[in-house]
Amino acid sequence: MLSVKNLTVAYDDTPVLTDVAVHFDAGKITGIIGPNGAGKSTLIKAMLGLVKARQGSVLYQDQPMRAVQKQVAYVEQRKDLDLNFPINVFDVVLTGTYGKLGLFRDPGKKAKQASQAALEQVALGEFAHRQIGQLSGGQLQRVFVARAIVQEAAIIILDEPFVGIDLQSETAIMAIMKQWRDAGKTIIVIHHDLNKVSQYFDDLVVMNHGIVDYGPTEKVYNARNIERAFSADLSAVLFDEQEVAQ
Amino acid sequence: MTSMPAFISALGRYEFLQSALLTAVMVGIMSGVVGSFIILRGMSLMGDAISHAVLPGVAVAYMLGINVLLGASVFGILAAVLIGFVATHSKIKTDTSIGVVFSAFYALGFILISMAESATNLHHILFGNILAVSDRDIMSTAIVLGVVILFVSFFYKELLITSFDETYAKTYGLKTQVLHYGLMLVLTLVTVSALQTVGIILVVAMLITPAATAFLWTNRLGTMLFLSAGIGAVSAISGLYFSYTLNWASGPAIVLMAAVLFAFSFICAPKQGFLKWRKGGQSA
Repeated sequence: MLSVKNLTVAYDDTPVLTDVAVHFDAGKITGIIGPNGAGKSTLIKAMLGLVKARQGSVLYQDQPMRAVQKQVAYVEQRKDLDLNFPINVFDVVLTGTYGKLGLFRDPGKKAKQASQAALEQVALGEFAHRQIGQLSGGQLQRVFVARAIVQEAAIIILDEPFVGIDLQSETAIMAIMKQWRDAGKTIIVIHHDLNKVSQYFDDLVVMNHGIVDYGPTEKVYNARNIERAFSADLSAVLFDEQEVAQ
Repeated sequence: MTSMPAFISALGRYEFLQSALLTAVMVGIMSGVVGSFIILRGMSLMGDAISHAVLPGVAVAYMLGINVLLGASVFGILAAVLIGFVATHSKIKTDTSIGVVFSAFYALGFILISMAESATNLHHILFGNILAVSDRDIMSTAIVLGVVILFVSFFYKELLITSFDETYAKTYGLKTQVLHYGLMLVLTLVTVSALQTVGIILVVAMLITPAATAFLWTNRLGTMLFLSAGIGAVSAISGLYFSYTLNWASGPAIVLMAAVLFAFSFICAPKQGFLKWRKGGQSA
C-alpha cells in the first residue's frame, strides 16, 4: 500500500495541499479527478519527490518513497518535451533502464531486448528507428508507456495520459494498465474525462484543493462528490444522464 | 595570396604554425562536443555567460601567478551558482539572472585585467592569439580535451537523459543538479582553452555554431557529437588557413568558417534544412 500522511505542499507560501491523507492500493487502477488547480499534479509531484513537501510523509509498504524511488515509473505530460531532440523511439524506451543500471553502466543486450519487447507490446515495434518528432501524439504516449514497462516498477503514475490522443492508443494504454493491475502493481492516473471514470478505474480520488473523497469508484463517484469538487451543474448533467440511460 | 601547397609547406617549416593548428583542432573538437549538450539543453545564453564570466578568474590568475585554468574555473562555477541562486530565490527569470550576473563578472574582469597586465594582453584575451601558443598551453589544452572526453563518455547516458527529459531523470533519483554543475565546470575549462584560440568574445560561437550545424544533419545524439567535433576541427583548420594566407585575425577567421558551414547546412541539410522545409511547404 502506498500511503500519503498529513502532506502539506506550498508554492511561495501559498498552500496548495494542506494536511492531505490518502492511500492507494496495489492491484488497483486508481484515478485522480478534480477541476484545474485542484492540486492533482502537485499531489503526484510531491509523491515523486519533484516538489518538496512542507510537512508529511509518503510511504510505500512502510518505507519512505525516497528509499524505493527506483520502484516508481512516471509517465509525464508530453507537452514539456523537445520533440526535435536527436533521439529515436528505441532510445527513448531504453532510457527506462537507466534508473536500475545506475552510474557508469551502459544498457546491455538484456536491456535492449526488453526495450524492443516493450515496443512490440504497445504495437510500435516497426517504429523503433523513427525520430520521436515523427510520431503522432498517441504513438508518442505509447512510447512513454513502453518506457514505463521497461522500468519494471511496482508503482506507475501517469499524468493525463489520454489527453490529445487517438482512441486506438487510449485502448492500447488501458490494456497495458490492466496487465499491470493484474500483476499486482499500483497504478495511479490523473484523469480529466469524467465520462469514462466508472469504466476505467477501480478506485477513485476526488480532489478540489485537497481530498474531497476517496475509495472504490462505485462508492465515491456520485453526484454529491462531483458537486463538491466541480459544480452542481456538472453533477446534474453527469448523473441525470446516467439515470436516464438506466 | 598563398595557395594550399604553400600553407602545407609552411606548416612543415614553422613550429608556431604546427602548435597553432594542433591547439585549434583540439579546441574545435572539445567545444563541438560540449556545445552539443549546451544547445540541446537550451543553454546557449548560459554558455555565453560562463565564457564571459571567467574573465576575472583569468585576471586573478595573472596577479597571483597561478594556473589560468584554476582561476577561471573558480569564477566560472561561481557565476553558474550565482545565476542559479538568483533565479531560484527571486521571481526573476533565469535569462535575466544570467544577464545581471555575467555582465557584472565581465566588468569586474576588465578592471582586474587593466590592473594586472598591459593592454596588449587584454586584446589577446578578447580576440585570441593562436599564433603565440606555448608548449604549456598545448599541454593544458590536451588535458582539458581528455577531461571533456572522459566526462562525456562516463556520463553519456546521464547527459542524454537530463538534456532530453530532466523530470524523468529526477524521478528515478538522478542528482541532476550535480550533473548540471559538472557540465558547467567542464564548460568553464573549455572556455579557458578556447580563449587562446578565438578569444573570450567568440568562444560562444565555437560552442554553438558547430553543434547547431551538426544538429541539422542527424537524428542521433552520438552522431551529433562526432559530427559537431568534426565540424569544429574543420572550422579550426580552414580558419587557420585563411588566417595565415590572407592575414586575417585567426579567431574571427575560424568562427567565420564555422558560420559558413552552418549556412551551407541550413540550406542543404536533409533533416531540417531550408530547402527541405520549402519543399514541404509547397507540397502541403
